[in-house]
Amino acid sequence: MSVELLNFFETFLNGLMAGVMYSLVALGFVLIFKASGIFNFAQGVMALFAALTLVGFMTGQVPFSHLINAIFGTELHNWGAGLPAFLAILLTMVVMVALAFLIEKLVLKHLVNQEPIILFMATIGLAYFLEGLGDLMWGSDVKTLDVGLPSGGSFWWEDVTRTWAAQGAEYYGMYIDLLDVSAALIAVVLVIALSLFSQYTATGRALRAVADDHQAALSVGISLRRIWVIVWSIAGFVALVAGIMWGSKSGVQFSLSLIALKALPVLILGGFTSIPGAIVGGLIIGVGEKLAEAYIGPMVGGAIENWFAYVLALAFLLFRPQGLFGDRIIERI
Amino acid sequence: MKLKKFAIAGAIAAALSASVSVVPASAELVFPSLSYRTGPYAPNGIPFADGYSDYFTLINERDGGVGGVKISNPECETGYNTEKGVECYESTKGEGSGALIYQPLSTGITYQLIPKVTADGIPLHSMAYGRTSAMNGKVFNWVFNYPANYWDGATIAVQHAKDMSGGDLNGKTIALVYHNSAYGKEPIRTLEEKAKSEGFKLTLIPVDHPGQEQKSQWLQIRRERPDFVFMWGWGVMNAVAIQEAANIRYPMDHFIGIWWSGAEQDVLPAGDGANGYKSLNFTYVGKDKPVFADIQKYVVDAGKAAGDGSNIGTVQYNRGMYAAMLAVEAARKAQEMSGTMDINAAQMRDGMENLNVDAARLEELGMAGFGPAVSVSCANHGGSGEALVQQWDAGAKQWKAITEFMPADRELVTRLAMEDSEAFAKENNITPRECK
Repeated sequence: MSVELLNFFETFLNGLMAGVMYSLVALGFVLIFKASGIFNFAQGVMALFAALTLVGFMTGQVPFSHLINAIFGTELHNWGAGLPAFLAILLTMVVMVALAFLIEKLVLKHLVNQEPIILFMATIGLAYFLEGLGDLMWGSDVKTLDVGLPSGGSFWWEDVTRTWAAQGAEYYGMYIDLLDVSAALIAVVLVIALSLFSQYTATGRALRAVADDHQAALSVGISLRRIWVIVWSIAGFVALVAGIMWGSKSGVQFSLSLIALKALPVLILGGFTSIPGAIVGGLIIGVGEKLAEAYIGPMVGGAIENWFAYVLALAFLLFRPQGLFGDRIIERI
Repeated sequence: MKLKKFAIAGAIAAALSASVSVVPASAELVFPSLSYRTGPYAPNGIPFADGYSDYFTLINERDGGVGGVKISNPECETGYNTEKGVECYESTKGEGSGALIYQPLSTGITYQLIPKVTADGIPLHSMAYGRTSAMNGKVFNWVFNYPANYWDGATIAVQHAKDMSGGDLNGKTIALVYHNSAYGKEPIRTLEEKAKSEGFKLTLIPVDHPGQEQKSQWLQIRRERPDFVFMWGWGVMNAVAIQEAANIRYPMDHFIGIWWSGAEQDVLPAGDGANGYKSLNFTYVGKDKPVFADIQKYVVDAGKAAGDGSNIGTVQYNRGMYAAMLAVEAARKAQEMSGTMDINAAQMRDGMENLNVDAARLEELGMAGFGPAVSVSCANHGGSGEALVQQWDAGAKQWKAITEFMPADRELVTRLAMEDSEAFAKENNITPRECK
């Protein structure tokens, strides 16, 4: 094969991998929107908050230590050497469930039957609150996150693909980041688990019932408030996975909350109510923006992938306003 | 008779109030801090703001202020947001007897403040950031960017690459990975000029804000294999770029960042992969200087530190200290020149234009070798334009200076700065002032 063609495949493959990373963020949005009709503006901040909490547990940091030290003049920083990654992930999940419970208790419960825009505004407030709380609890310095996932380019893949180039051509093999491969595998497991949960468990079926029709679900005795706690907990878990993946790449820092911006075009394209849509949408956006950056970027000065993702999503919207996998909007007049 | 008594009392009251206005009891030097302790750029903003504040606290606690006048350092949170930065400027410029200097640590805020400080007559010191051509004091009367600017940085990075290549860059390729903003684009013109004169090929690789995802850029670098990669990044962009460079196994000692891409938080997330990465710097890193013993004694141990003390000696903390020291020295010079301790913003500007912090003065301050010698004049607001190259040692988790302070190609930088500033003057109907 020619080096140009191999480069094209390499860009395509890395686009798919980047798309999986976007899908991980988009999934959290879809879960909450499906079950409650709320566009959760705080999803990116939830990923940040989860990652901060995880690092806090792993490093043995005392939460609110800055505040405690400032008020009481103490020198508290760490309570010990920290927890192993697995235990820290479990404890972080407990925190995310507690957070879901508090969100339902303090925010959502009071906004039942309100307009979607009111609920959306509440999540904007929640985003600012969580960002401030994360800062207060864990500090705003950059934190290194290592849960033992492999990272860096794969030597094996480079060696295999190097032989694909035409003889005599200068080719270094195809690049793929092992962290991205891990993210792809985790995303696959996550989607299968979510599908099984919603198909084969009573809670999952209740979740789908609420998603289909709140009133009907309530009339058959499904507790809306319980379902909201569950769905926000699952979204918290997805946020934790996204936080681990993105935090392993760049360290855990407050710009992590901006990954939500990467999920928006995925949602526009894939639809707000479809889990497969979040995955396929992510893949299309990932591949589209990477190919655009590589082949159109040089003609227009580069750095086009951020806005190109939105252009791509809007182009799809022209033909399918509900997104690729979104529910068809039928209105009778 | 009554009228006479009333007139005498009035005269006494007027005399008293006049004497108070000459030497006000509550006189202070107002150095506002436009800081960012929240948001995505807080990891850089916090240590800088801590260093800036702690140095002023040291001067107040140890020396009783500058010439006996205490420093006031009101802080305003900008979140690295340009609009908030302008609001902070407006809300702090009238503090006390009036702000004497602004150092916003943001190129975006600097650009917005240039016309405002010019109209208000308050000095703006964008230390090694902001508008490069502001080094021309004849056009930018109130703006300073000493000790070095981005174009100085670009020529120093090229010089270092040249030194590494046996003194010849002919036929080599240098890729510039830059934040796709006014800041990131600053060195392009200079590097294009250097590419012509040195014979290397320049590849431009922009990264959009915030820079969390850079796969495309590093795939391009992996394919094209440039001999050197320069980086003009900020915030998360730096950490991601260094991680991606390590992932594609780019030789890290050929990867050189500007001084804003060379703090601890930029390299730590990449772990051992960041070993050997280089960046420019214009300040000392570490805390093995007498001034730090004083900071510990008068500021930290006294419970008056801005932070918890964990940042002391880091890149951004020391830079904040250095910025504060330059402001204090300028105020000292202004007091000496004007013969009054209670200086105003115009006198502060005069002090800055006559600032001379040489090696001997740094030693007196307990900061020997902390930065390059700084000499400013009415025409040259850019200082000497020197910087050193530091390299990250991932094992020891610290930066190590690997060169002395190196001079920039000031002939080129001055020529380009004159062209740019003269064009600015023409566009804005500014008549360059005469400097003796």
